[in-house]
Amino acid sequence: MKRLSLLDGYRDAGLAQRLESKIKRLGEEIGRDLLIMHVCGSHEWTITHHGVRSLLPRSVEVRAGPGCPVCVTPAADIDAAVELALDGKTVLTYGDMSRARGSKQSLTEAKTLGADVRIVYSVHDAVKIAKSRPEREFVFFAVGFETTAPATAYEILQEPPPNLRFLTCYRYVPAAVEAVSRSPDLRVDGFINAGHASTITGMKAYKTCFDLCRKPMVFSGFEPLDVLISVAMILTQIRNDRPEMQNEYTRSVTWEGNLKAQKTMREVFDLRDGYWRGVAVIPNSGLDLKTKFSHLDAREHYKLTQEQQNADFVKDARCADVIIGKIDPPECPFYMKECMPASPLGPTMVSAEGTCKIWADHRIISAMSCRT
Amino acid sequence: MPAKVSMCLAFPGRVLTIDGDFARVDFGEGTVREGINVSLVEVKPEQYVLVHAGYAIQVMDEKEAQKTLSYWREILTYEEETNSSAR
Repeated sequence: MKRLSLLDGYRDAGLAQRLESKIKRLGEEIGRDLLIMHVCGSHEWTITHHGVRSLLPRSVEVRAGPGCPVCVTPAADIDAAVELALDGKTVLTYGDMSRARGSKQSLTEAKTLGADVRIVYSVHDAVKIAKSRPEREFVFFAVGFETTAPATAYEILQEPPPNLRFLTCYRYVPAAVEAVSRSPDLRVDGFINAGHASTITGMKAYKTCFDLCRKPMVFSGFEPLDVLISVAMILTQIRNDRPEMQNEYTRSVTWEGNLKAQKTMREVFDLRDGYWRGVAVIPNSGLDLKTKFSHLDAREHYKLTQEQQNADFVKDARCADVIIGKIDPPECPFYMKECMPASPLGPTMVSAEGTCKIWADHRIISAMSCRT
Repeated sequence: MPAKVSMCLAFPGRVLTIDGDFARVDFGEGTVREGINVSLVEVKPEQYVLVHAGYAIQVMDEKEAQKTLSYWREILTYEEETNSSAR
């Protein structure tokens, strides 16, 4: 069983140690505490799983920002999906999404009440299932970032079966990075940008944000060495006082991105304001179905009235602060006490891309224990 | 490719064969999957693709992957030599 040659060397321990020394030297030269934020659950997994934080000097903190699509899906949308499922429609969605609770329950819980909820791996599976049962009504609960949206756009352009409708809740990452970079509560010194989302949009989608914030931005891959290299690139920029947009993930990210995917996405979705669960309405951060596809829109078809007032989180739980990267999971009073992977109180403990779930799976109980 | 697949996870794989919009892709370590939709990219067999939730979202550049590493090896070697001769 052989690994792909594409990734040869990306887990080279010797090179990792040499990068560790370089990062240490850079940290000493800079001589102040630094906060680097990444915005992707997959980065958090790589960093935690491979113990990348233990290789960084104490003055360099890498923290997870808003990079978990399940976590930012508003409770109101989950409530709408649950309502449709309890009303007799078959709701199709991704595994993690089915376990995240809205203001009352999750789709999985609705299933125990008799609702028909099915887990799919891709939107194509949803299309196939709907085609196989033309007499039933299906709703695909479509969540994710621009990484996922093009596939749904593609299926919508292929004229999906008339018994399948879409409850879309796509969010656009560049807008979130901009919001984080403007936040007065977070003094972020540099960004590790999401390699897969920016594979679609290209680096160009972040140009406006970079011009506004002038913080180092490195587009990074997902192997442990990718992250170490990205940290070294950010620290070098800080030391030289020359912030730049730099590409570490050159094997996938380009300046222009995947133009075919962008075109497909643009044909189907419009960028509008989007609400990020418990965080804020972020301008131009929601990918909504264009009006010409309103016949496929579950909100239109089922006349769903959605209010953002639905309670997003359990009282006193700090899911929103974890999502935005204001705190690490152990700072929440419920982390690994009332809230655990087997009995999650919030979405960040449900999704495989949620920071709380990733930390819990790696038995991290305090923010310091993942350091040296 | 692990059984548990979450939303932004994407995996690199090598395209074995293409039939219309769909391809057979080798993800390494013994995992081969059929039915990967390649209509969002322009790809040929033998090339690497990045696959997310059943769809190839990018053709990956194998040469770039090795270039990044050799570039960093060179920088580090240069710096380490400079540092040790400065001592």
